[in-house]
Amino acid sequence: MATEATKAAGEAAAPGMPQLDFSNWGHQIFWLMVALVVIYFVLSRVALPRIGAVLAERQGTITNDIAKAEELKKKAADAEVAYNKALADARSEANDIIAETKAEIQKDLDAALAKADAEIAAKTSEGEKAIAEIRENALESVKVVAKDTTKEIVAAMGGKADAKTITSAVNARMKG
Amino acid sequence: MATEANGAEEGGLVFHPMDQFIVKPLFGGGEVGIFTISNVTLWMALAVLAVIALMVLGTSRRATIPGRTQSVAELAYGFVYKMVEDVAGKDAVGFFPYIMTLFMFIVFANFLGLLPMAFTPTSHFAVTVMLAMLVFLTVTIVGFVKNGAAFLGLFWVSSAPLALRPVLAIIEIISYFVRPVSHSIRLAGNVMAGHAVIKVFAGFAAIAVVSPLSVVAITAMYGLEVLVSFIQAYVFTILTCVYLKDALHPSH
Repeated sequence: MATEATKAAGEAAAPGMPQLDFSNWGHQIFWLMVALVVIYFVLSRVALPRIGAVLAERQGTITNDIAKAEELKKKAADAEVAYNKALADARSEANDIIAETKAEIQKDLDAALAKADAEIAAKTSEGEKAIAEIRENALESVKVVAKDTTKEIVAAMGGKADAKTITSAVNARMKG
Repeated sequence: MATEANGAEEGGLVFHPMDQFIVKPLFGGGEVGIFTISNVTLWMALAVLAVIALMVLGTSRRATIPGRTQSVAELAYGFVYKMVEDVAGKDAVGFFPYIMTLFMFIVFANFLGLLPMAFTPTSHFAVTVMLAMLVFLTVTIVGFVKNGAAFLGLFWVSSAPLALRPVLAIIEIISYFVRPVSHSIRLAGNVMAGHAVIKVFAGFAAIAVVSPLSVVAITAMYGLEVLVSFIQAYVFTILTCVYLKDALHPSH
């Protein structure tokens, strides 16, 4: 508002468009050139190299990081392969050991069973022999008892028993 | 547009849509001489300071993981660098600081000009014509220095039938010399028109009935102007790249 007079003067000089007031073109062009030169020097000397360097550095960092990540990924994959291989090896080894142990145990078991069978057989035959002996003895005892009893009975009935006859009679009876 | 017709009928309204473009000295009155400190000087200086703030102070930490300001600075760098590389070719990268200068100046002059009460240097033909002439001269000189007389091959369309070539050559030469005109008027015209229209809508706000509509219209225009500010800077820059490509590789 303070420059009312100037404004009026300006309007007088350029009634339509102030843009077509050629009297101040020199002024505008001078200051434009000053502004452009300042911006050009600031940009080309300071700002653009700096930003370019920052961008390049960032690109480098990113590339490095990606390469590193790639490497780590490869390492991890290798480790996984090694792990799987170790696992498979361990598993097959365990299977071998299991089979071996099983076979050994089977062998021991078979041997023990055979031995036990033999022992059982021996014991059985021994027992049978003892039983047979006992039976034999029992038979003898029965014969003696039967003879004695027969002799007593015959004596009690008033007869006179001949030992030979009684023996043969008892023998005949027991066979029957 | 209907609003404008209504307002004109009202009469008594004061429109000074072009007053915002008047160049006036900041200190004292009098004529605007070449070295006078004027509003042009002020707003160009603010643009320069804004560029420095963004591109130098914003990147002062040189962080590998950028902060907000540094991200914006890097974005601007990448945007213009890619444009130069893609449009003008890899051998035009040497012109990158020059093109970056143009882009940053226009972008900041445009956006600062959107502040209320601001002055917009890029709305003046003096500024945009100078910018366009700089590009035109650079392109022409670079074309002749790099290619010698072969640069004239730009005007000689070797793929066209022989009979047509002289006619095409005349057209090509005319279009070549019209380039700085369209290049400069496009930028200043867009910026000036938007600002003037906002002022016109603001003038209608004096009528109570129309003022809500006026405010809405100003808001809409302002949004459009934000877009235009960037797009015109982009267009100016990409055309510079296209012209530069012609200078470096004149063959069609």
